[in-house]
Amino acid sequence: MAKGVKPRVKVPKKASAGETITIKTLISHKMESGQRKDGDGNAIPRSIINRFTADFNDQNVIDVTLEPAISTNPYFQFEAVVPESGEFKFTWYDDDGSVYDTSKKIEVS
Amino acid sequence: MNLKLWISCGVAALATSAAAQDSNALAVDGEALLTEAAAPLHMENVDTIYSGWRFRASETQALQSDDFDNPGMIFVDQAIDLWAKVDGSEGKSCASCHENVEDFAGLRPTLPRVEDGELVTMENIINECRTERMGAEPWKWSKGNMTAMTALIGLQSRGMPVNVAIDGDAAPFWEKGKELYYTRVGQLDMACSNCHEDNYGTMIRADHLSQGQINGFPTYRLKNAKLNSSHGRFKGCMKNIRATPFKEGGEEFKALELYLASRGEGLAVETPSVRN
Repeated sequence: MAKGVKPRVKVPKKASAGETITIKTLISHKMESGQRKDGDGNAIPRSIINRFTADFNDQNVIDVTLEPAISTNPYFQFEAVVPESGEFKFTWYDDDGSVYDTSKKIEVS
Repeated sequence: MNLKLWISCGVAALATSAAAQDSNALAVDGEALLTEAAAPLHMENVDTIYSGWRFRASETQALQSDDFDNPGMIFVDQAIDLWAKVDGSEGKSCASCHENVEDFAGLRPTLPRVEDGELVTMENIINECRTERMGAEPWKWSKGNMTAMTALIGLQSRGMPVNVAIDGDAAPFWEKGKELYYTRVGQLDMACSNCHEDNYGTMIRADHLSQGQINGFPTYRLKNAKLNSSHGRFKGCMKNIRATPFKEGGEEFKALELYLASRGEGLAVETPSVRN
């Protein structure tokens, strides 16, 4: 597991039905490209977040593939229309097999 | 764009529509921060002081007006974990003695200050705690742990006006800092004042010269994607003018930090700010 990985998500707590809301997500992650070498000249193995998904009430809303050129601490902002109260679940998949996730509830009135 | 022109545009926009958001006004999550003030009396050649935020591109400015978008906050989050982490031979963490980090509200604007005849900065205070009370290794001046912690502690004072003591015990240090500020050094033979006092608001190649205010330090810089200490920044400036930099945490940079802080008296603390 990479060091210092911490997901952060901003989802409004309340929204009205059918409203388009903006969701911001960021995960602190080194995104080691695999191109760098350490002090002794050995290649540092690639370790990036390769996939990001967001689900709303177990239904997938967004699924992103990330490539090595993406910089450190990848940030995603996207919009979503919320039909009902529920829970957003965000998942990040690491090259080293780790999976990081976090959830946010939203109340729709 | 020329700063003066920029300001007059801002004023014109304000005059025509009072309700419109002045694009030069910084607000973080709705809380307004002062980015402009009358220069303190000791500054002879400048009338108005501006935060470095005012000299940045609008995209960079926007990053700082929302704590979620501010990448510096990642490091503040790390520091919150560090705050509670036990380290050293005494089995203590910061939280063992200082219950709430909020208690440090008001500390940042008064630093650096003189204690027992020595000029101390926040880095010195943190390392004193680590070595004297925690029995831990001191942190290096500009390394990740240190800048994260200074950001967390500085954040508690965000919005408060910079107000350092420059008289009494602090006077000799302040004088030394002032002398450094106006002394030409390096192969390019330049002083701090040549760029940050004589030419702020103009372009130095692709960069918009600011007044060199340090009210937002430690600063998240887009160029290296991490928090930067003020001493690290001084070092960068000195390298740019082909001078041999002083040591981070040394007497020269501490004196310069005090002098620069005094040049920003009245500006709001913006820690952690976002710059290019």
